[in-house]
Amino acid sequence: MDKALLEVQALECVRGDKQLFSELSFSLEASSLLHVHGPNGSGKTTLLRAIAGLVLQEQGDICWNGVPTSKQKDEFNRELLYLGHHYGLKFELTGYENLKVFANLSGSDISEHEVEAALARFGLAHCVELPVKVLSQGQKRRVALARLLLQRSKLWILDEPFVALDVAAVDLLLDVIKAHVAGGGMVILTTHQEVAIDAGQLQHLHLGEKPGASTVEQH
Amino acid sequence: MLATLRCIVMRDLTLAMRHRSDVLTTVFFFIIVVSLFPLGVGPEAALLREMAAGVVWVAALLASMLSLTRLFADDYNDGTLEQLLMVPQPLSLIVLGKVLAHWIISGLPLVLMSPLLGLQFGLEGDELIMLMVTLLIGTPVLSLLGAIGAALTLGLRGGGVLVSLLVLPLYIPVLIFGAGAVTASAAGMGADGHLSLMGAILLLALVLAPWASAAALRISVE
Repeated sequence: MDKALLEVQALECVRGDKQLFSELSFSLEASSLLHVHGPNGSGKTTLLRAIAGLVLQEQGDICWNGVPTSKQKDEFNRELLYLGHHYGLKFELTGYENLKVFANLSGSDISEHEVEAALARFGLAHCVELPVKVLSQGQKRRVALARLLLQRSKLWILDEPFVALDVAAVDLLLDVIKAHVAGGGMVILTTHQEVAIDAGQLQHLHLGEKPGASTVEQH
Repeated sequence: MLATLRCIVMRDLTLAMRHRSDVLTTVFFFIIVVSLFPLGVGPEAALLREMAAGVVWVAALLASMLSLTRLFADDYNDGTLEQLLMVPQPLSLIVLGKVLAHWIISGLPLVLMSPLLGLQFGLEGDELIMLMVTLLIGTPVLSLLGAIGAALTLGLRGGGVLVSLLVLPLYIPVLIFGAGAVTASAAGMGADGHLSLMGAILLLALVLAPWASAAALRISVE
């Protein structure tokens, strides 16, 4: 077994007064995918946000390469791409400008051509110059997802990435995810949609209604 | 590091250009508040001259408050703020970029308008220049300190009023030395002391405010 890159140990998260999960442990190595299952309110989003460093955990450790992520924020953020419920896009800017800002901030040197190619891959070649606010929900989601192709992050955390996407886009996203995992990347995702995800080493994490009732299955 | 700063500033300026009404509101608010005083107090030249610096400065404080609530709120609502938190760059640098853009949008126009408004109060030559210089040093402090308040009240109901209550008391030193410098130079005394103190406040705010705002943002986003 390869060395685990991401290790979560005895994680406990609390929202308000409610304990969402406790003693949650799992690890992810290169070329693997973790599918987080659970009913509404079981803490899927909180778990993903905790790994991304947006929510502070009550207890436990989240380690990247053996070092807690909170102690190496910049290094970890360079390897991380988190796409949440919000698109994280400025609606007044065009899709191109939005992607360019993130590309510049992530420090990767990305050419105009690459940004256009990423948008074209997600079927947005004709609306490169349109402000995001005039795009449909699905198209906005596609713009946000186009970041996957641009940032060379190792760990993708995708919270409900298939929402609002049409069938073709779902297939495309699955291909992108598979290619990323095959290339040594790691993906953690949640989805309520029935999509056939089968890439690399697949793990399922089931968050239960009760804290502590979580299970991890390997396939 | 400079590239990051430039990227954030350019992003916020582009956004402001596409929302021009927001920028103009601040400037017109400033102009109207300052212009109301001569109308209300009456055309007594000596009185107007005496209160000119204070009025312009208080109007500048209020005008810069107007746009503060939006400093982080727009980014917070559409999820770009959480994306900015995960950028592999120091968060305080990103905050500094946003504050710089806020100053260019809402502080710099006030500085440029101030001599014109000073004329309404019968200020002349040196006093007009002094008014402009104090605003040039002081308005960045307003944006910097305001950022702390804006970050702390992010996502709270009625955050707008709360920001004023938090931030206006912090503006008092800048107000005293800013208005004081103009009055002192009008009275023929040197304003060097006032200006040095304002410079010191600016440097202190420049070092501490982005760091404090960044810490507050992390808490607010959670």
